[in-house]
Amino acid sequence: MSGLTKSSIARKVVMALSGFFLVFFLAQHFTINFTSVIAPDTFNEWSHFMGYNPLVQYILQPILIAGVIIHFVMGFVLELQNNRARGVKYVKFKGSANASWVSRNMIISGLVVLAFLALHFYDFWVHEMAYKYIEFKPQDPTRYHAETVEKFAPMWRTVIYVVSFVLLALHLWHGFASAFQSMGVNNKYTPSIKAFTKVFAVVIPLGFVFIALYHHFNPLTH
Amino acid sequence: MVDYDLNGVEEDMSFLEMLDVLNEELVAKGEEPVEFDHDCREGICGTCSLMINGQPHGPDSRITVCQLHMRSFNDGDSIVIEPFRAKAFPVIKDLIVDRTAFDRIQQAGGYISVNTSGRPVDANAIPIEKDMADKSFNAATCIGCGACVAACKNASAMLFTSAKVSQFALLPQGQVEAAERVQNMVRQMDLEGFGNCTNTGACEVECPKGISLENIARMNREYLSASVKG
Ligand code: HEM
Ligand code: SF4
Ligand code: FES
Repeated sequence: MSGLTKSSIARKVVMALSGFFLVFFLAQHFTINFTSVIAPDTFNEWSHFMGYNPLVQYILQPILIAGVIIHFVMGFVLELQNNRARGVKYVKFKGSANASWVSRNMIISGLVVLAFLALHFYDFWVHEMAYKYIEFKPQDPTRYHAETVEKFAPMWRTVIYVVSFVLLALHLWHGFASAFQSMGVNNKYTPSIKAFTKVFAVVIPLGFVFIALYHHFNPLTH
Repeated sequence: MVDYDLNGVEEDMSFLEMLDVLNEELVAKGEEPVEFDHDCREGICGTCSLMINGQPHGPDSRITVCQLHMRSFNDGDSIVIEPFRAKAFPVIKDLIVDRTAFDRIQQAGGYISVNTSGRPVDANAIPIEKDMADKSFNAATCIGCGACVAACKNASAMLFTSAKVSQFALLPQGQVEAAERVQNMVRQMDLEGFGNCTNTGACEVECPKGISLENIARMNREYLSASVKG
């Protein structure tokens, strides 16, 4: 790990690569979740595949967990160092004059996403692990859709989902394009990258919000 | 923080002239004048570095404090003046900070080595694309004022360092030492205790010379390729 963190640029590369990886994962996660709205049988099928495929379970899942941990730990490291780089703070600092709120508060949006991930882990991952490896329940390829819809019945969880995804949208609004800059990409494609970032940062999180609200309000399913 | 009331400020005065008026008054009253840095008073030396109402070099863009005029303020305004604040820029006195950290970054690699054989080759003999020459020249217009560090929420010196790396990286003469240069300058930048870059872009907005974030991306590329090559 020390090699990865030895210079400020190396730390930012770690941040950007883990960020890209999480963005890619988010898009894949969204695709699967969206089937829970339009095709419950497909959702069951894909969820079952993800839950029992050895490549997914023993290789990809640990990589994902490592990616999340590397990203947020490095986020804390950067935040601490950056804070220390200005020991005495300004009496008056007009941050909004030259940089956006989202870019200056990645740690806030990140922390909300982290808190959400803790709940998400408890809701789905811990539940799955218990189902498979503690209670040793039999495989049931049809249970996922009903379980997911059930999760969104309570108002509080739906609200937490919605708020978290709004903060994730803010995180990505700056983060996705920022990761390109960190990797040294700033050229004639940069305006397009920034435009794509904005579309992605709005569409994907709002898509998750839509799915949560759909299951919460859909009277047919509960 | 000390409050001073000042009368007789004209709108055509530069900000530094306003401070001169204040100091003359203080001296006449037998008080200590406020120490501030300045030299050329025409926007080229980069010493007149002040945080004015929370912005480096004040509210106007693309200028230094010596180029800021009192007409940018209203009669009766209170103006908050602070030194540039960063761990790597310790305050010497009042509004004067020590920016020799920049000199040490520059010394770590901001040069090209030329053997003085007595038969110097005419630099003009090496053709350079206009586009490259312009970009290199733009990077070289950095005056080392430190506004980028002052504006950055992380007190990062990436814009300054990347301008100094880029001005050589874009020219054939700079290629020989390119890998060492970027590694040494970035190492020195980190040693000085500047923060990391969050790509907020505050530096680019506040830079009096309009140094672009493209330089930071270029430095990151140079650094990555130097690290990969080992
Ligand atoms: C787990 C909680 C998270 C925390 C605590 C966190 C924290 C941070 C912080 C502090 C930064 C800015 C680093 C800097 O100073 O430059 C950042 C950047 C970034 N984050 Fe996160 N983040 C989290 C989750 C996520 C997720 C889920 C995604 C994507 C789906 C993501 C994508 C990004 C990207 C793309 C960047 C930009 C990297 C760069 O500027 O090079 N983050 N994150
Ligand atoms: S990059 Fe701009 S703001 Fe930074 S030191 Fe150079 S001239 Fe000043
Ligand atoms: S005094 Fe030289 S730039 Fe202002």
